[in-house]
Amino acid sequence: MKLSSSVFSAICLIIELLGIALFLRGFFPVPIKSSLSSKSKLSDLPAEPVVGSSPNSTKVPPPLFNRVVIVLIDALRDDFVFGPNGKRFMPYTRNLVESGSSHGFIAKARPPTVTMPRIKALTTGSIPGFIDVVMNLNSQALLEDNLLWQAKNSGKRIIFYGDDTWVRLFPKHFLEYDGTTSFFVSDYTEVDNNVTRHLDSTLKRDDWDVLILHYLGLDHIGHISGPHSSLIGPKLLEMDDVIKKIHTSVITTEVEGRLPNLLVLCGDHGMSETGSHGGSSEPEVNTPLVLISPAFPMKEGMGETLVVEQVDLTPTLALALALPISQNSVGRLIPAVFEKASLREQLRYLHINGHQLSNLLRDSNPSFHKEDGYEQFRMAEKAHGSWMKLYVEGNTSEVLSNMAKKVFKQYLEALQAMSAALSKQLGKYDMYSMMVGMSLILQILVLLLLAMPEALSSAACVDVPLATTFLSLPFYLLVLLGFSVHVLVCTSSEASCYFCSLPWLLAFISIVFSSALFCSLVSMAARRALKVDNKQPKTSSSEWTLSELDVLLLIGTLGHTLSLASSSFVEEEHQTWYFLLNTLCLAVFQDVCRKYFREKRRPGEEEEESLLLPSTMEEKSASFSPVAELGVSADSEKWLALATPLLTLACCRMLRSLNQTGVQWAHLPDLSHWLNSGDHKVFLSLLSILSLLLIFLLVQRHCSLVSKIALALGLLGVYCYRAAVGSVLFPWQHSAQAMSKGTGEAHFVYIFVLGILFTGVKDLLRSQMMSSVADGRRMKSRGLWEVYSGMVLFVALLFRAHNLPTLACCLLIQTLMAQFIWKRLHYDAAQTTIMHCWFGQAFFYFQGNSNNIATVDISVGFVGLESYVEAPAVFLTAFSTYAGPLLWACHLVCYLNSERDRAVSLGHSSYCFALLRSIPAVFYIVLVTALRYHLFIWSVFSPKLLYEAMHTLITTAVCLFFTFMDQDRTRRP
Amino acid sequence: MWEVEIRGMASAHALLAGSVLVGSLVPALSVENFSVYGTHLVWLYSVCGCVAIVNITVFWLLGISPPTKKHTLSYKLSRLIRSCVYFLLSCLFFHTVVVLYGASLLESALETFSLAVLLSTLTTLRCLCMLGPNVQAWIRVFSRDGAMSVWDTSLQITTGCSVVGAWLGAFPIPLDWDRPWQVWPVSCSLGATGGFLTGLLAAPIWIRWHRKQLTYKLK
Repeated sequence: MKLSSSVFSAICLIIELLGIALFLRGFFPVPIKSSLSSKSKLSDLPAEPVVGSSPNSTKVPPPLFNRVVIVLIDALRDDFVFGPNGKRFMPYTRNLVESGSSHGFIAKARPPTVTMPRIKALTTGSIPGFIDVVMNLNSQALLEDNLLWQAKNSGKRIIFYGDDTWVRLFPKHFLEYDGTTSFFVSDYTEVDNNVTRHLDSTLKRDDWDVLILHYLGLDHIGHISGPHSSLIGPKLLEMDDVIKKIHTSVITTEVEGRLPNLLVLCGDHGMSETGSHGGSSEPEVNTPLVLISPAFPMKEGMGETLVVEQVDLTPTLALALALPISQNSVGRLIPAVFEKASLREQLRYLHINGHQLSNLLRDSNPSFHKEDGYEQFRMAEKAHGSWMKLYVEGNTSEVLSNMAKKVFKQYLEALQAMSAALSKQLGKYDMYSMMVGMSLILQILVLLLLAMPEALSSAACVDVPLATTFLSLPFYLLVLLGFSVHVLVCTSSEASCYFCSLPWLLAFISIVFSSALFCSLVSMAARRALKVDNKQPKTSSSEWTLSELDVLLLIGTLGHTLSLASSSFVEEEHQTWYFLLNTLCLAVFQDVCRKYFREKRRPGEEEEESLLLPSTMEEKSASFSPVAELGVSADSEKWLALATPLLTLACCRMLRSLNQTGVQWAHLPDLSHWLNSGDHKVFLSLLSILSLLLIFLLVQRHCSLVSKIALALGLLGVYCYRAAVGSVLFPWQHSAQAMSKGTGEAHFVYIFVLGILFTGVKDLLRSQMMSSVADGRRMKSRGLWEVYSGMVLFVALLFRAHNLPTLACCLLIQTLMAQFIWKRLHYDAAQTTIMHCWFGQAFFYFQGNSNNIATVDISVGFVGLESYVEAPAVFLTAFSTYAGPLLWACHLVCYLNSERDRAVSLGHSSYCFALLRSIPAVFYIVLVTALRYHLFIWSVFSPKLLYEAMHTLITTAVCLFFTFMDQDRTRRP
Repeated sequence: MWEVEIRGMASAHALLAGSVLVGSLVPALSVENFSVYGTHLVWLYSVCGCVAIVNITVFWLLGISPPTKKHTLSYKLSRLIRSCVYFLLSCLFFHTVVVLYGASLLESALETFSLAVLLSTLTTLRCLCMLGPNVQAWIRVFSRDGAMSVWDTSLQITTGCSVVGAWLGAFPIPLDWDRPWQVWPVSCSLGATGGFLTGLLAAPIWIRWHRKQLTYKLK
């Protein structure tokens, strides 16, 4: 199958996009959420199941405990309490566990074993996935139904001391709090003293119901020196003292007529043998859970420690305090805690928990009827009802208690099955979907790389031997193999898998496609190898000489790709781009110097120039020729060419200090803060006016008269909009007008944007119909420029006032570079494309974006809209976020269209676009798969993954545009 | 002929490398609490001084620089003054480039300028010593195929290595390791020095390796 380069790259990108989508679907499991957005209420509790119509009591079973103290020790591993270390360093606690009135469990935490998701799990009972974390970046507070909210709602007074993550998650929940930042990992004493210093006074007081203490010191020691460090012992002894203090003052002192108190000792996650955490290894996942209360029976000796899930604590505490279980909890109660309650109450507790789980199951799983747990729960409920009937009738025989035991067992089994079914759906990577997606995009990358010589040849055609592979035996074998693997994986895996849940036909098609792709890859590789073998004697090394610029472009692309492996470089990616861009400008400067100062043109080149002269003369009006346009003489042209890279450098330096982004230096004051600070409104207004003027001057050059007027009015409208919104001053208006939303002004601009875009598209279409080639070309380049200017106007509307200089600088650099550098220095399409890509990337960050979701400017979604409407808001936000790359890509089309050999160059450049996007995207996806248990996976790598996917989507759109522009070549040779 | 020149160059380079070493060691004896990271500027200027002295003695006194046509004192003086001005200009040039690369404009300007001085010492000073304050000669040496002697080639290599070293030295700055050598401009100046030393070592080896391909036009 012979494809032109542009079509080939567009198809490749579309397939890559599908692969990435599949990968993302596997990487971010859909969180289980109850369909109701409200929080559970006590009144929602189900009635006690009773057969017959005896008086149903819907009352909540009474609470078991009066006050609760939760001591959460960060990174407390199970063996620090239950192992030999516990005996040595936590003697008091160990004594309580072995012979006191207490229960000890090993609570299994789910990955990501990082503090914040763990706190969420402990309080909501749900298992937060990564997408959850990413999606909630904007709202720090936990809005889901949770234990603390329920406690506060029922009037309990909560006091908190410790890690300030809690304070951020639960603002206004605490009667009193003192947050400690976990910032200085090297500090492991002060963080804990900050907590303990409140302890004595608080324990004496009587005005609280729940006390939460979160100790960070142990985690910090783990990070510094690991779990076998000599610092661990003293720290555990200190913690033991805290437990002793609380136990003696709150737990053992029983007040007549009051319920007993409860002390909960737990860890949020463990620590690995190197002292870190975040992954899913045994020592990271196993944490101790010790419940101490006089309500529990005294124990004799420590038997086998039971294993529970960490989330089981949530329903247990909720029921023990007579609170509703939070909606999304997947935990099941720990029966040992309720041993002392009456049989009827015990069954009631189980019933409430089961009811909540079955509701959640019904909401999250469409085929909930098929789940064993659901069926078991229905059975148990029925049995419970008949037991209740007997109980209410006053039967007290042996039968009753035996029956109760049976119902009890049935309930426990049902809870276990339902909880397992729920948690199976989350917290796990869907590895199969990820692998399928990844193999697809890897194949595409290899295909792109193999096609490089053909795609960049003068024919710009790629021959993909797809047809021949359909006739080959290996293809059918591969299809069979793939299909059998698919069936095997889908039938055996217990976790839910997205790719398996696709319709069979779709899966079959993708398997066939993937194998065909693989076969054609192999045959292409073989062809390439043969060619190299044949050519070997002929090719000499001198043919492939790389200039310094080529080396820089190559090293920069590869270096940037490799830098993505480090979380700091991902956070500070803008630094990489600024650095590369500066170096690029200096390299270009060197090239310019070389051209104008030292190297005299060889005679051959001169001839070539003169030969080409007639053709350039002919299209002078439409091309980027400075002599014709600006009336610049040859001598001053030299100096302007020399000044261009320097001016670009200066612009970049200015823009860099306009928006400070990233993580490490994001707090530093920048120009945009200064401009937006209110006192400097005049400067901001002047700057915006200047920028808008510059934008008009730079864009209007190639437009038709109508578009020129539309552009001018549109830019005026942009200023009016900003004035109406209140960010800039309006010179004629002195009355302090109330701030409006500026909808009218925005609509005014939208009309002009649409008008200019419409004229552009009309010109493009007309150029296809034209009979004369020269006229058609002129019409086409004007149409393209009009589309470009429409985009510029649109971006000017969406950008905030302080970002207008960014747009102006972008246009200035584009104009100068096109005039004096790219054309004058004979850079080929590939080089120009790579430079455009780099500039686009850098401008993405100049705008103030970063690899953090939090920097996306959501307010753009409201420009010209009265209220939030999802589709336009998403489009506007995406467009303004990726304005930089889009503008540069659009400029590239305009520029290449005016080139001499544009027929080939559009194909070359769209291929380069596809390759430049694929290399980092594919590398990053492989990397993320390898690092999926990394500590920073959800805070640094996952947001970047979303950015990469979005960028690929944008690039695909650009590539399709390239393909459409490239079409007339095939029609009109 | 080749062997002699290469050997001479190698010994000159060894002297220069030795001067870097001496420059790092001397303040350790005289200054209290000296460390390369802690009192970085002291180290930087001592290295600069040592390299400058060795450079000037080696290349001026040994007479590798092109023979001057006039021997009048005033001409020599004017050359000296011009060299000083060029050196200062090159410091300013490097300072500007580093600021363009993102060093803050006002804060830590002294550190930035010190780095510029170091870079000028490692690159411009050698050019001044070997080529004199003669822009045409500089442009010739640094354009493609412009080298006319072994010394020109070595100049190209060491200058390129120093600049690339400083360039590479900027990479660890964004990493969040909080190490003392990540403080501005420690990594860059260390990178430049390392690049310079590499260049000194690489130049004789490279020239010896390529002595068949190297053909210099006669002056």
